[in-house]
Amino acid sequence: MKLNERSVAHYATCDSPTDHAGFLHKRVERHHHHHHHTTSYHRRWFILKGNLLFYFEDRESRDPLGLVVLEGCTVELCEAAEEFAFAIRFDDAGAKAYVLVADCQATMEGWVKVLSRASFDYMRLVVRELEKQLEDARKSLAACHKSPRKSSSGRKSGYIPAGTSCSDHDGGCPKPPPLPPRRRLAAGSGCGALATGLSLTGQESPVSPETACFSKLHNWYGQEIAEIRREWVQGSVGQCPSHCI
Amino acid sequence: TAPALHPPLLNALFFAVLKKRLVKLVVNFLFYFRTDEAEPIGALLLEHCKITKEEENVFSISFIEEPDRKYSFECDTEEQCQEWIEALRRASYEFMRRSLIFYRNEIQKMTGKDPLEQYGISEEARFQLGTRKL
Repeated sequence: MKLNERSVAHYATCDSPTDHAGFLHKRVERHHHHHHHTTSYHRRWFILKGNLLFYFEDRESRDPLGLVVLEGCTVELCEAAEEFAFAIRFDDAGAKAYVLVADCQATMEGWVKVLSRASFDYMRLVVRELEKQLEDARKSLAACHKSPRKSSSGRKSGYIPAGTSCSDHDGGCPKPPPLPPRRRLAAGSGCGALATGLSLTGQESPVSPETACFSKLHNWYGQEIAEIRREWVQGSVGQCPSHCI
Repeated sequence: TAPALHPPLLNALFFAVLKKRLVKLVVNFLFYFRTDEAEPIGALLLEHCKITKEEENVFSISFIEEPDRKYSFECDTEEQCQEWIEALRRASYEFMRRSLIFYRNEIQKMTGKDPLEQYGISEEARFQLGTRKL
């Protein structure tokens, strides 16, 4: 699968606003040929920009090792052997989950909170809410400033009754936009969720076919880089292929 | 609501060869497919990109760090071309962030209140003006 990797890497490392950053341990499952697998953790430098979570080998790395698109996913606390573990799980059943471990409770909570609201959809929701509020504010302001001398044919004009305040949205405080609906937890996953700050709408959204595109993208990106590194380590590649960055 | 972009089939000019591709805009990614396949063959992340109207029915996408490299798309009609340009220009997360900051500012100026406070997200770095890299 092709991607404009150079642009992606540039976006990841340039000066555009970074929404969160820090070290986390990322779980890696290794499958051995004797049908058992080991679990290990790699310490990685994570950067969140918008709905994209990038991770790097370390803070000074020029190119990301991987990219997670935070659409169609839930972020939950994880009951793992490790303390301060949380998981990013996707609606797409075939997509692998990401299990991340923070170094303390505060760090973990910070990440879970910010990742839960990182989706494009959530941002779009908030923007629409504000768009509406601005519209309402403009209407109120226009009503207040309407000149009483203006004669409008057939239209009501007049004085604002005393007591009405333009800048006060007293009646009907706008509700905060709900967080994206919680998806159904995978059976037997035994994962909990932060009670505060996450609104449980009880709504289940169907798996979006588009989110499957993102899991493929994650896999491709991760594999490509892993393969290149493997080759480099094994010394079988003299120089980096031209298509990689 | 996002405009329904139809038909999604565009003639995509990659490396000067015009190929018919199924193109799907999903959040800030443009996925493209060979018309008969279910899996995308590629994607473009639409951040820090410039959408340019080229000749009739044609627009191009280029990226900030490589302005001369253009991904060109030919539409069936000029109207369709405009639709795509509009949609793609609004497709980035960064565009939404800027819109949000703008609305927040305007509302604050008009009402004296920060609209994000009630949502408990007023302190988040991504909503501040002039956010610097952490």
